[in-house]
Amino acid sequence: MRVQAAIDVAAPPHLVWGFVTDPTRYLHFMNGITRWEVASEQARGCGARYRTLMRVGSAEVGGLVEIVEHEEPRDLAWTSVTGIDQRGRWRLRERANGARTHVELRLQYGVAGAGLLGWVAEQVAAPAVRENLRRSLRELKRQAEHEQARAAVAARRAATQR
Amino acid sequence: MGTQTASARSRNGHAPNGKPFMATDHAFADPDRDTDGRPSTIERVVKAIAGAIGSRIPVADLDERDPDYIRESLPAQWLLASLWFRGEVRGLGNIPEDGPVLLVGNHSGGNVSPDSLVFTLAFSTYFGVERRFYQLAHNLVLSMPGLGFLRKYGVVAASPENAERALASGAAVLVYPGGDHEVHRPTWEGNTINFDGRRGFVRLALEHDVPIVPVVSIGGQETALFLGRGEGLSKLLMLDRLFRLKVLPISIAAPWGLNVGDMLGHIPLPAKITIEVLPAIDLREQFGPTPDVGEIYHHVTTTMQETLDALAAERRLPIVG
Repeated sequence: MRVQAAIDVAAPPHLVWGFVTDPTRYLHFMNGITRWEVASEQARGCGARYRTLMRVGSAEVGGLVEIVEHEEPRDLAWTSVTGIDQRGRWRLRERANGARTHVELRLQYGVAGAGLLGWVAEQVAAPAVRENLRRSLRELKRQAEHEQARAAVAARRAATQR
Repeated sequence: MGTQTASARSRNGHAPNGKPFMATDHAFADPDRDTDGRPSTIERVVKAIAGAIGSRIPVADLDERDPDYIRESLPAQWLLASLWFRGEVRGLGNIPEDGPVLLVGNHSGGNVSPDSLVFTLAFSTYFGVERRFYQLAHNLVLSMPGLGFLRKYGVVAASPENAERALASGAAVLVYPGGDHEVHRPTWEGNTINFDGRRGFVRLALEHDVPIVPVVSIGGQETALFLGRGEGLSKLLMLDRLFRLKVLPISIAAPWGLNVGDMLGHIPLPAKITIEVLPAIDLREQFGPTPDVGEIYHHVTTTMQETLDALAAERRLPIVG
């Protein structure tokens, strides 16, 4: 099952990139995520591993994931190592000459070999997962735009002092 | 079985001749024998029935747990737990991340126990199916036709030997000390922890020096109207001696209406199941190098009862939650 959500953020891609590549920030802006812990020596980049859990229905589902694509500041993709099968992707695209960012979050999930009931479970879970993604993007937008505004104010203040 | 010493048993809870130990191994002594010492007809019939059932109890083999099977059945479990029981499990982070641990739960819901389903799902998704996890169940559950698949989930016959083997393998082990006594308690006693004084789990944890993690659940006793354990009836029918069954529960449950024995299970009502996992108890750290079994038992059951009371206070309506 594949679900996705997208949003436009009034902040440049490199700022949004800072959010989506920082594992310590996930618990603050990702809705439904109950765990996003670094599980490898390297904390970022290809090969970094995280232990992830998202509450869906009566269980926290997820597992160990590994970053498999890290193209700054455009694409960040991960795939599951253990736990349910999943593949996720952050897709950041520049808008308005770099002043804005179109952010897309995709998540594919399922359990291979689970048969018909697996398919049913994926369909039943989809609305909750999709809502989690939407809320996460709204929170990411809020936090990123807040940080962008603070950065702009700091820049203006620095210019005035000069 | 009770008169045999532990050393006389093999590691898998079976007699040296390979047959599972049954209550009848010792139960029918002189009073039931003919005056000339030969077994009476009743004794022979009873032993034959017990032997037939006993032969169905599988030899405990921890390797029968199948992580791939568990993983593939997670979606079906998730559907049942989420849609029918609206399961909610809190505090899984209290379970140590690795190593052996004894999870001690209160048991509810008769022979169709939803708390086991909800907790097993939550444990498997939280820690991953790769983590070894075994649940101890009554012999009769594993010998029932059609329930052989439970062994793939890590369900093994409840015996001290099997629990020891599971803990020695480094696994998390879920035990329900109250067993059949607690699981068939009347619905109006649903919010009571009742282990019937069974302290074996404390000795087990001490022997293997593993922490105890209490697991408290509520809602299971609302999945049918449990009227009583039927202990007198069980004794009358000699089920306690035949199958180690001290109860013959009576309930009103779908689709049977009046349900005696609950041997065929029932369709549980969709009661909301809430489970709270409490912080791990390191027995020697908390109770000293030579802890008192009774004191630990009292502490565990009291803590669990307090949590159950709090969960009951949260609950607005039966079944609805």
